[in-house]
Amino acid sequence: MSIASWTRRSLFAATAMTMATAGGVMVAAVPSALAQTPEGVLIVGQIAEPKSLDPAAVTAVNDFRILVNVYEGLVRYRSGTLEVEPQLATDWTISEDGTEYTFTLREGVTFHDGTPFDAEAVKFNFDRMLDENHPFHDTGPFPLAFFFSAVQETVVVDPMTVRFRLDSPYAPFLSNLAYPTGLIVSPAAVEANGADFGRNPVGTGPFRFAEWRANEAVVVERNGDYWGEAAGSEAVVFRPITDANTRVAEMLAGGIDMMVEVPPTSLSQFGGDGFEIAEQAGPHLWFLILNTKEGPASDVRVRQALNYAIDKEAIVNDVLEGTADVAAGPTPPAFAWAYNEALQPYPHDPEKAKALLAEAGADGAELTFFVTEGGSGMLDPVAMGTAIQADLAEVGLDVKIETYEWNTFLGEVNPGLEGKADMAEMAWMTNDPDTLPYLALRTDASPDKGGFNSGYYSNETVDELLEAARGATDQDERARLYREMQTIVQEDAPWVFVANWKQNAVTSDRVENFRLEPSFLLQLQSVVKN
Amino acid sequence: MANYILKRLVYAVPVLLGITIIVFLIMAAIPGDPATAILGSYATPENVEKLNRDLGLDKPLVQRYLIWLVNMLGGDFGRSFSLNRPVLDEILERFAATLVLAGTSFVLCSLAGILAGTVSAARQYGAADRLITFTVLIGISVPSFFLGMMMILLFAVKLRWLPVSGMYAIYGGGDLPDLLAHLVMPALALSAVATGVIARLARSAVLEVLRQDYIRTARAKGLGETRVIAGHALRAAMVSIIPVLGIQAGFVLSGAVYIEMVFQWPGVGRMLVEAILKRDILLVQGGVVFVAGCYVLFNIAVDVAQSLLDPRIRT
Repeated sequence: MSIASWTRRSLFAATAMTMATAGGVMVAAVPSALAQTPEGVLIVGQIAEPKSLDPAAVTAVNDFRILVNVYEGLVRYRSGTLEVEPQLATDWTISEDGTEYTFTLREGVTFHDGTPFDAEAVKFNFDRMLDENHPFHDTGPFPLAFFFSAVQETVVVDPMTVRFRLDSPYAPFLSNLAYPTGLIVSPAAVEANGADFGRNPVGTGPFRFAEWRANEAVVVERNGDYWGEAAGSEAVVFRPITDANTRVAEMLAGGIDMMVEVPPTSLSQFGGDGFEIAEQAGPHLWFLILNTKEGPASDVRVRQALNYAIDKEAIVNDVLEGTADVAAGPTPPAFAWAYNEALQPYPHDPEKAKALLAEAGADGAELTFFVTEGGSGMLDPVAMGTAIQADLAEVGLDVKIETYEWNTFLGEVNPGLEGKADMAEMAWMTNDPDTLPYLALRTDASPDKGGFNSGYYSNETVDELLEAARGATDQDERARLYREMQTIVQEDAPWVFVANWKQNAVTSDRVENFRLEPSFLLQLQSVVKN
Repeated sequence: MANYILKRLVYAVPVLLGITIIVFLIMAAIPGDPATAILGSYATPENVEKLNRDLGLDKPLVQRYLIWLVNMLGGDFGRSFSLNRPVLDEILERFAATLVLAGTSFVLCSLAGILAGTVSAARQYGAADRLITFTVLIGISVPSFFLGMMMILLFAVKLRWLPVSGMYAIYGGGDLPDLLAHLVMPALALSAVATGVIARLARSAVLEVLRQDYIRTARAKGLGETRVIAGHALRAAMVSIIPVLGIQAGFVLSGAVYIEMVFQWPGVGRMLVEAILKRDILLVQGGVVFVAGCYVLFNIAVDVAQSLLDPRIRT
């Protein structure tokens, strides 16, 4: 009996004490002053925790934003363009038949762990990704290794020369090398850390990895031994802040110096003093896949009518608040060298759309429309889908929307729209003008052949142009082929071309020398934080 | 007592086993596989198949379940493929953060709820009662994530008294005052609803007891009202309040999901939401099993506490 009452009393006492202590410290905490972010340290608000800092193992732009500051590739995109220039390689030659790429490497470059960068290191990197028998292939999986699937062999010619042998001419090879999947890691560090290399990254870049506090921050510091111009900031801190509203609040409150992917509706909050908004159109296309195999959209007049009926200006200006441009064709203008300037977007012309629909006998047709709730590069897909539905109702089309969560959506759309839908939303970000049309517009890229041509578009001339462009090594010749392809595809309208996204970022006025790149990568080497 | 606890623990085993089966089947049944989530736009059937093979997801369902279960019994929860680290490390780290947040909120809502309810009961239909009832109604009605966002706007963005989000300052923090500064807003936002529920229940429980004969006796023998309420009425009312505290602890823990998203608290709720979106099967499964295990243990603890207060329950 006495034990019971003792227990009861002590339970009360313990509870009361805990409560009082908790209450007390909560009050004590309130006046603690807020520290400003320190000078020389740039704090970047990212959209998610990185998966890994092993460039061969990751696929997300979010992770690439960190990687390109720690690692370097043989080549990189020249600032402000999507054209390739030397980085760890100083020079290269391409054989006549386009199957041998020989790179001369930069002398005197060392990895952050002190080991030298040479041809053996390059070979190690590509063998690790591509050779299933490589001792460190198990540090993967390497989901984007197929970027280099044309590589048959990587040969060390001499310590400062490396040669790639391709199984067939593959023109996007150089720009794929400039993509983050081609960033070069330290072989010694992979050997030392194995599968944990992704948390202990070692590269040759202007910043060296310092610390990764899970779910809090990744910290990189200036590399004092960098071969090029030293970084402008002592350190950069990447903070994952997944909730967009919270990211905006942190920026407004001064908790971060820079944020990426500002929600369109929040941009106006940064219009005043103290903030700078940066915008940059990138290699992005937001479009509707049309089912060209069956149903109303199998008629080219209906597909053109859809392009005329949808008010793209209203979508980019009102739904997206000006964070995108109207798209004219299948290739984003960011690929300046390959873009067909003569192409004009389909104007918003409901009358013409109605006439075309009547001609095709499709007025009043019912269309099933797959919409996603959100996903990589999809911008504001529900609002955009609803706006499109309303525009099509105006020309007499009865559009039924079916909405799916992103992964489910991909599972529905990628296998093809046949028997399921007449149109579906989609967006792509690529690094070469070859990628999207080659994977999504060729006859041989249909879903049953492992491609992304979910609307079954087929045009022999387009097929030939794309194959020829992939095999050509001369950039001017490639550009000519792509421009011709764009004209045909726009006319055939296998897609509704809607928008090219402009990536944005906000910086505080303490940040200098910042610019966004068309590649959507975040190059912070010359950024100064005051 | 030991027997009682042991019996409850044994009963928990089939519950947990059932949970492992359910969560495993749900993750197997939901559309969209991890390889598609990882590859995104590049998810060709060929790439998906290869990646699934690399991830060990090409084995039969039953085999995958048994491998997972046996490994887990040995303490190996597998490796998260969205975070590329052991699942258990991630869960333990995240759960510690959730415990700090949910624990503080639970203490806050218990303290404030019982206090408000008791005062309300003691002053039934008085001004204090009306004020408390009104406040409690607001507390119950406002969604916690909305309250959280409004607090951020006022205290972090406008007044700049408190940091917006996270658990520690990125630079120069890491000590207790820093943690507390980050904890104030999420803890208050998270405890609002539970405080209201507990206050309402405490009020009716105390009122119920105040009608009992022994309270009249206590008053008749000349005890002060404070002693009557605190010493006699509240103690007796605790028997019906404690089970509600247990239920509210569950709500606080699950409500932490929203609050963790709004305040970017590195807790287990936010981890689960992100893991589901990325189809990180092992992380979701491990996380759910771990949280469910904690629920079960907590419920046992509540029942034990109750039986300490009221020996009649111990059967």
